[in-house]
Parts: sequence; C-alpha cells; structure tokens
Amino acid sequence: MTMMEEKLLVMHGITKEFPGVRALDHVELQLEKGTVHALMGENGAGKSTLMKILMGIYQPDEGEITLKGQTVKIDNPKKALKMGISMIHQELMPIPDMSVADNIFLYDYPAKKGFVQKSVLYKKTEELFRELGIEGVSSRVFMKELSQAQMQMVEIAKAVSAKADVIIMDEPTSAISDHEVENLFRIICTLRSKGVGILYISHKMDEIFKISDYITVLRDGQYIDSAPSDKLNQEKLVRLMVGRELKSIYDRHPSVTGEVMLEVKHLKCKGVCEDVSFKLHKGEVLGFAGLVGAGRTEIMEAVFGMRKRQGGDIIKEGKKLKICNVRDAIDYGLALASEDRKKFGLFLELSISYNITISWLKHLQKSGIVNRRGEREKAGNLSKDLQIKSSSIKTRVGKLSGGNQQKVVLAKWLLTEPDILILDEPTRGIDIGAKKEIYTLIEQLAREGKGVIVISSEMPELIGISDRIITVHEGAVKGSYTGTEITQERIMMDLG
Amino acid sequence: MKTLQKKKSAVNKILNAYGIFLVLVIMCIVISILSDGRFLAYRNIVNVFRQVSITGILAIGATLILITGGIDLSVGSVLALAGVIAADMAHPESAFPLAVVFLTAVLIGLAAGAVNGALIAYAGAPPFIVTLGMTTAARGMALLYAKGQPIVDFKKSFNFIGQGNLLGIPVPVWILIFITIVSGIILHSTKLGRYIFAVGGNEDAARASGISVKNVKFFVYIYMGALCGIVGLILAARTNTGAPNAGAGYELDAIAAAVIGGTSISGGKGHIAGTVIGMLILGVLSNGLDILNISTYIQQIVKGIVIVLAVLMDIVQTKRD
Repeated sequence: MTMMEEKLLVMHGITKEFPGVRALDHVELQLEKGTVHALMGENGAGKSTLMKILMGIYQPDEGEITLKGQTVKIDNPKKALKMGISMIHQELMPIPDMSVADNIFLYDYPAKKGFVQKSVLYKKTEELFRELGIEGVSSRVFMKELSQAQMQMVEIAKAVSAKADVIIMDEPTSAISDHEVENLFRIICTLRSKGVGILYISHKMDEIFKISDYITVLRDGQYIDSAPSDKLNQEKLVRLMVGRELKSIYDRHPSVTGEVMLEVKHLKCKGVCEDVSFKLHKGEVLGFAGLVGAGRTEIMEAVFGMRKRQGGDIIKEGKKLKICNVRDAIDYGLALASEDRKKFGLFLELSISYNITISWLKHLQKSGIVNRRGEREKAGNLSKDLQIKSSSIKTRVGKLSGGNQQKVVLAKWLLTEPDILILDEPTRGIDIGAKKEIYTLIEQLAREGKGVIVISSEMPELIGISDRIITVHEGAVKGSYTGTEITQERIMMDLG
Repeated sequence: MKTLQKKKSAVNKILNAYGIFLVLVIMCIVISILSDGRFLAYRNIVNVFRQVSITGILAIGATLILITGGIDLSVGSVLALAGVIAADMAHPESAFPLAVVFLTAVLIGLAAGAVNGALIAYAGAPPFIVTLGMTTAARGMALLYAKGQPIVDFKKSFNFIGQGNLLGIPVPVWILIFITIVSGIILHSTKLGRYIFAVGGNEDAARASGISVKNVKFFVYIYMGALCGIVGLILAARTNTGAPNAGAGYELDAIAAAVIGGTSISGGKGHIAGTVIGMLILGVLSNGLDILNISTYIQQIVKGIVIVLAVLMDIVQTKRD
C-alpha cells in the first residue's frame, strides 16, 4: 500500500436519495492516473447517478469527493469542466452547422481582442488531432458531415483541449462499428499514456476486459466490489453484477423452421441497395450481420414501408404485398422495432399504455372513440407479461430505464399481432438481465411459429440467438449460414 | 416524518393537477373582494363568458395545432375574411337564406385552413411562415372584398348568432361550450386525438408507428379554419359590422390561453380543460380590471406578466416532476 500511484479521484461514501428510492448507498470509487476504470452494473445500478454527481448535475446527500488530493465540491457541470472532469455522453451533442474546430474550441476560442483567429483555430485543432492520433477528420468540415464515430473523436479531442484529466465515457461503442471501436481504443490508450484517468461505462463484456485496468461493480445502488481487471473473468463479473449465476446468456434450442414466411426479391432502394433478396421461414430467427452503415437497417426500413423502393417484390406466404407505408406493413402483419428507440420508437412524454397501444388503436375503438378499458387491459397485460417495471401503466415512458423502454417498444409491436418481427439492435444499451429476457422472448416468438429477423452488431449475441445468419456488406447480401457454419471468423470474413 | 412527506407529496399532486385552476379561483376571490361583489353578479359572469367566447373558440383550435407542434398566426385575418363575406351576404335585401350564409363563412375558413394545412403537411413548409403569409394574404382579400370599408346593416335574424340568448345564456357561449365538448372528445377520447399527441410528441416515431402524420397535420389546420369561419360570423353579428380589419391580434390571445392552460408550444402536451381555464383567466383578468377601473394600458402589462408567469409555473412543476 505504500507506493501506490497517486489517486487522481476518490469518491467516498457517496449516498444519494430520490423520493422513494436510495439511488446510491455509500458508494466508493477510486480512479488512478493513467488508467482505464470500468464502471459496471445493470441498468438502475446507479452508474449514471454516480457520474451525474461527478459532473455536478446532482449533489450527493452524503459522501466526499477528493480530486488530486483535495476535497472538492462540484456545484455544477461548468465547475466540473473547470476542475478537469469531462464527459463523453452516449448521445453526442454536437453543433451540426459549425466546423469541427469551432465545436472543439467553442468555450475557449483563440481570440485577439474578441476577434477569432481562424488560422490559429485550425492549427490548434490539427495539432490536437495529431497528438491523439485522430486521422481522417478535417478541422474545417461541418460537424454534421461526420460519422457518429468521428464525432465521438472530436468530443474526446474537445475534452483533451479542456485539459481534462478525468474523462467519463458513457457507452462510447454503442453506436459505432467494430473497426471504429479499435480506433477508439487506440485513442484511449494514447490518453492513458498521457496520464488521463478514464471512467468507462459499457455493457459489452469482451470490450471491458480488452480495455480496462480496473473494474468497479455496482448493484442496486450498492458498492459491490472493485478489482484489477486481470483478477476477474466474464463469469465472475456477471455474478457480481447480477448477484446470481446466469447459466448461459444464450440458452437457445434451435427451433424447427417451417415453410417460407417472407420472401424479399430483388429489392432496390436508392442509395441503400441495388438487388437484395432473402427468405425468412416460419419459426426462424434470422440474424443480419454487418458493419454499421452496411445498410441492414435501411433494407429493413425499405421492407417496412419507411423508405421508398425503386424495385423488387415482398412476398408473404406466397402473396405479393403492396406496402407503400408503415400502415400497410402493419396491416400485413409486419412489425419493426427500430434501433433508435428514442427517435423512432417512443413518445417519451406520454404514458406506457399510450405508447403500447398507439399502433393498434384501430382495434381498440368504435367509430373513432377509443375504448379506454380495452386499452388499459391490453397495455396492462402486456406490461405484466414482459415484466415492465413501473408503478403504473400511466407512468411516463421517459422515466423508465433503457431496458424497460425497450420492453415498451416490443410490447407495442407484439400488440399488433405480427407474423414477422424485425428487431433492429433489440438489446442496445440495456442491462444483462433485460437482455436475457429479450432473448427468451425472441425464442418464444419463434416457437409460436413467427418469423423473427434480428439485426445486431454484437457478434456473440447474433451467433447465440440466430438459426441462420445473413451477412450484409455495402448494401448487398454476401452469404447465408446455418448451424455449424456459423462462426465468428466466417462472418468477419464476409464483412471485411 | 413519513406522513409529513406524504402530505407534502399530496399537496404537490393537487398543485400539479389543479395549479392553474387554483390561480383562477384565487383571482376570482380577490377581484370579488376588491369590487364589493360586483364581479360576482350574474350579469357580469355572463358577460365574462360572452367576452371569452370569441378568443375561447380560437384557443381551442390553437390547442390542437400547438399539440401537433405547429402554430397558426392567420386566424385573425381568416375570420375577418369570413366575416366580411358573410356580412355582405346577410344584408337586408339579400336573397341568400341564413343557412347558406353560415355555411359559406365556415367554408371560407375551411378553405383557408386547407391551404395552410396542405402547404404545411404535404409540401413540408414551416407553419410559422405559411400562416404568416396567410395572415397578410387573407387580410388583403378581406380589405379588397370590402373595398376597405366596414360592411354594416344586416338582417335582424343574422344578428341572433352574436347577440341572441337561449335559456338566459348568450348564443356565442353556447357555441363555445359545444365546440369545447366536441374538441375535448376528439382530442382526449378518439384515435385521431391520440395521433395528434403522437405527431407533436415525436414525429419520427409517429411515422414509424404507422400514423399518417400528414393527414393529422392537415386536419388540425382545416379544423382551425372552420372555427375561424364560425368566429367570423359571431364577431360580425355581435358588432353589427363585417369589418375587414377585425380580429387582428386574436391569434396571440388564443395561443396565450392555450399556453396558460399548460399546452406546450413545442408540441406533444396539452389539455382542453387547461385551455378553458386559460381563457377564463384572461377573461376574468380583463373583466376584473375593467370593473376596478384600471386603465387598459396597465391591463396589457398585467396580461403579459400573467402569460409568462403561467408558463414559468408549468416549467417549475415539470422540473419538480
């Protein structure tokens, strides 16, 4: 214990109570200089509350924060930034119509008598990028022209330019491709070697073990344990997080697949794909693998009537479908749960019951008037079946955790009694317990004879739950694999 | 400690649900005391409702539009256009039956609303700009039609819609009540109402849920157009004039009433009952200050403050939630 590295940040005995719940109960966190420290726990474990306290968004009821040996009080996010604490949010908040350089130096413009010195601005940005090993991003382009991954790098550069020595990264890999993840990790390593302490939040296990030096686990607002990453393995970690053994996350019995349920023939969609064909069978879980941007989401949107098609047929059980918009698709028994549940899936300001019934009101009304009792019943039953955790079905969806929000989206589509479910990244950003529940649900749906299409960027998940996997590369189907043909290597080869 | 907390949360609940209603009640009490009961006289109360009826009908329409995330600035001009044409058709020697006059006014409103709605919903133009254009264009048409002069002198029977009484209650108030109930049912009990909230709450999600966002938007503007036609009739009949410059600024009173009642200007949130309270607050305020002989200049200042305070109160409540 004598010659330990200097503790960069110590959060001690942090307690925070909200009406009715103790979100944090004497939580401990110690971050050392030049290390990556993973903060693990299921949704609702208190990770984000703890980070919000560190950013000065919430004030703790009890406990003490020590930064570089000094006890500090972080009143607000501005003060946190000043003290050298920056956060890269899961949902980035760029200013789209300003340049990359402007976005980085917005709060600290290189200026002379109030006039911005553009050349200095660009030079400083490029220096910063060189220093961090960020490539392929020009300092002069508009932020809106960048990909999600590039924007993230700009955010990191911004944190570094603000002289941050504690950087919080909240699910930084949830919306970027594998290749981009590698890039991100390289930059994280650069930061680490510069002595920056990184607090890393993620649900992806393999990633945690690849990048982190220490792991702290929270469960239900309690501090559970903290250990060097090499002293833990996936099983131990999961046990710490959920407090019980999860036998296997993917507990799948391959289902017996029947005749063709849906056939897509020569689908053409401008800017997405030229000629895509595939079949989905009854009782089948069909996985779609591909890099972010390969066109998986867009292909499904075209099938579901969210995008205009220039050609191709959609055939369900031998019948050609005329899908011009989402309504048609729903009426034909299709359902699509979008990857972006906040944008395309939910009405956050409205209640659980409202959200669940919105696509099925046609059947819950008489001459336009909604049957409220029927609505309550349907929504109540589904929310019980899917174990949506809330005090009532009148609760605003915006108040729910990510996993429960996802269940609301699924409930909404289950209510439409679809034969074909398309689930785009159904487990993104949700905790392991909820993930498991969703896998069970998918299996159950397949067993009922429905056709399920799953798009996922998490390879082990896709392999774990699919009967068959189709690989998509640059808007074209590359291969189709079943049974023992499904291996990570083979799929990766197709995506390369 | 626990019971205290419980009590506190119960008080919060009441404040959240009825906060704006309490403001109205307190206002009424204060004005009654200050006016020695003159405010509470039956005739005066009827008067408040009569005064409220015109902007009230518009506020109901504005509520629906605001919930979809839109805005309609053109209501004042459109109601003037409908008013002058109806007034012209209702002169004593006119051969048009009254029903035709009424129908024409409503159809003119509908047509203007349809133009607004089509440009906003189907062409994707911003509501602020489209209805701003309609404000000028409809006003110009009203002035052109009336040759810049107010049209006066109608059949007696026409005035009934603005000046008549049924069971001791003015006809415009009956119309307001009817429209409030119909709109309340549409907004809070029908499929269409759910869709109106969905469009304003999250347009992308609405589309991905199979809702025809365009048709919903189109509907709220033509509905508002029809209400403008009705208000144009009432106003002309009440003032005995089809004035081409009538109704200026009414759009802002309508929006103010809706916003005071808790409707969000960014869409997805609102309630007809709230709007009713909002219009009554504005009505009681101006009536009360009139009774107390407070100058209209000061009244305007007070009105401005009330609007902003009401919205602030709403923000504080939402935050606490």
